[in-house]
Amino acid sequence: MAHFTKATSLHDWLNQRLAIDTLRRVLATEYWIPKNINFLWAMGMVLAITFAFLLVSGIFLLMYYQPNVDLAFDSVNYTIMQEVGYGWLWRHVHGVAASVVFLVIYIHMFTGIYYGSYKNGREMIWLSGMLLFVAFSAEAFSGYMLPWGQMSYWAGMVITNLFSMGGLHMDGLVEWIRGDYVPGQAFLNRFFMLHVLLIPLAILGLIGLHFGALRIPHVNNQDGEEIDFDAEAKKYLAGDKANSKVIRFMNDFMSKDMMVVGIYLIFFFYLVFYHYDFAMDPVNFDPANGLKTPTHIYPEWYFLWSYEILRPFSTNVGLIAFAFAQVIFFLLPFLDRSPNAIPASRRGLFKYWFWAMLIDMIILTAMGKVPPAGLFSAIGFYAALTFIGLWIILPFVTKFEKKV
Amino acid sequence: MKNNSRRGFMGKAFGAVAGVGAVASLYAMKRSWDPLPSVKAAGFTTLDMSAYQENELVTEKWRGKPIFVLKQSAEMVKKAQENPKDIERLIKVGDAYFMVSIGLCTHLGCIPGYDPDEESFLCACHGGTYDYTGEVTKAPPPRGLDIPPFKIDGMKLVLGEEGPEYKKMKETGVTL
Repeated sequence: MAHFTKATSLHDWLNQRLAIDTLRRVLATEYWIPKNINFLWAMGMVLAITFAFLLVSGIFLLMYYQPNVDLAFDSVNYTIMQEVGYGWLWRHVHGVAASVVFLVIYIHMFTGIYYGSYKNGREMIWLSGMLLFVAFSAEAFSGYMLPWGQMSYWAGMVITNLFSMGGLHMDGLVEWIRGDYVPGQAFLNRFFMLHVLLIPLAILGLIGLHFGALRIPHVNNQDGEEIDFDAEAKKYLAGDKANSKVIRFMNDFMSKDMMVVGIYLIFFFYLVFYHYDFAMDPVNFDPANGLKTPTHIYPEWYFLWSYEILRPFSTNVGLIAFAFAQVIFFLLPFLDRSPNAIPASRRGLFKYWFWAMLIDMIILTAMGKVPPAGLFSAIGFYAALTFIGLWIILPFVTKFEKKV
Repeated sequence: MKNNSRRGFMGKAFGAVAGVGAVASLYAMKRSWDPLPSVKAAGFTTLDMSAYQENELVTEKWRGKPIFVLKQSAEMVKKAQENPKDIERLIKVGDAYFMVSIGLCTHLGCIPGYDPDEESFLCACHGGTYDYTGEVTKAPPPRGLDIPPFKIDGMKLVLGEEGPEYKKMKETGVTL
């Protein structure tokens, strides 16, 4: 048995049993962060805080929500909104956070793409991050079903129909996923389970993996500089803080991180209190009706770009293009053939590739929102082709890039 | 060495037991997600075909899905007869012809709307169109509106049962 001595304090008592000093050193005070980074490096903490808001608001919503096709709509729109004290606050926090979390995820992703933070040992950070993106997408979709309004029902109908795989007509699979011929009680119950238990569990595990993946390669920096973290840490610990290129994660870096989080939260609560309506589709305030399709079905803004890649093609081609769009970001570390992990601005052609991709995705998002007719239809079609084309040329663009 | 092979055997034995258990529990999980028998047995719908008006779309309900019934006018039947693909889609009950189909767009399952002046259906989700027999006239839908299993019984139409007319439609590929 390990040797224990009489504790001199509560701290010592815990330290002997849980090694809290070592834990603190490894996780916080001697976890090193480069100095040359900017506010975009705070997005991870912004996401963690937003996830915490989703979790807490979700717990309170869960206490009154009824996963039943006859009761769900009223339990949200009447019980939670009208009867429960501050129920509206939890709902608006939950709805706004679910939308804003994707905005921050996209900023976080494009920061990584811009600075090349997905290669040279950082592949697992990128891959675990992409798995988180998929898990958050599934979480957002399953949550969207729960108020059981018209958009919930018809989004559920359309998205589950994707699993018939177009020309393969796997209607049996669609019915299996739904547990019914159309979205009904079985469907609502199982998506409720996914939303409140299975997917959040997966997200928590993936967050652990994402943080763990960061541990050995450390975070990138805005100059693409390769830092010898051991040497710089030694310098710092020896007292030469000014010349060391790194700082402690806690409290030094965290103080800056939380400053950004503070500014973000002002913006966040401005939306919650004054502009929550952007996250609440008016069509979803009509109860689900299986015999009446809303005139214009569109997903939430954060899915519009991939929806627009599905839409302009015939069913099978559209599904293949859509599947391509869903998985292609996973392959980024392997399609980028250049060894340079530096900002896009110093990478020649890749600079233009980056901005073309960002602008194309904004165009796809805008076109996904408008009805599919005339000029918009054409713009959407060419933007979808551009998206696919950009990915096809990426290996060639990066292969001939000069090593910096 | 002796120990190692013993541990190796124990590991393999555990692997075998766990493998059987994993397959068995996956099967149980799959079955738990299957539609319930009460859902699957969700009966049959009988329609009285003498009650419909010409060129007036009526939406019935079968297994939770909307069913379009459109009685064809003499003019529409004449037009349909010129095109074998169109006339094959119609169901003759008594002397009248009907378009009966599942009212879900074959693209991604939205409900198309009917315009009696244009005699055509438009799906607002992705812009697909169908003519008055339910045949597709503009992509993205890959095929015409699906026809539910039916059986003609005098002036009545039983949905959910497969009559000879429906079986013929399936064989000739008029519907899936």
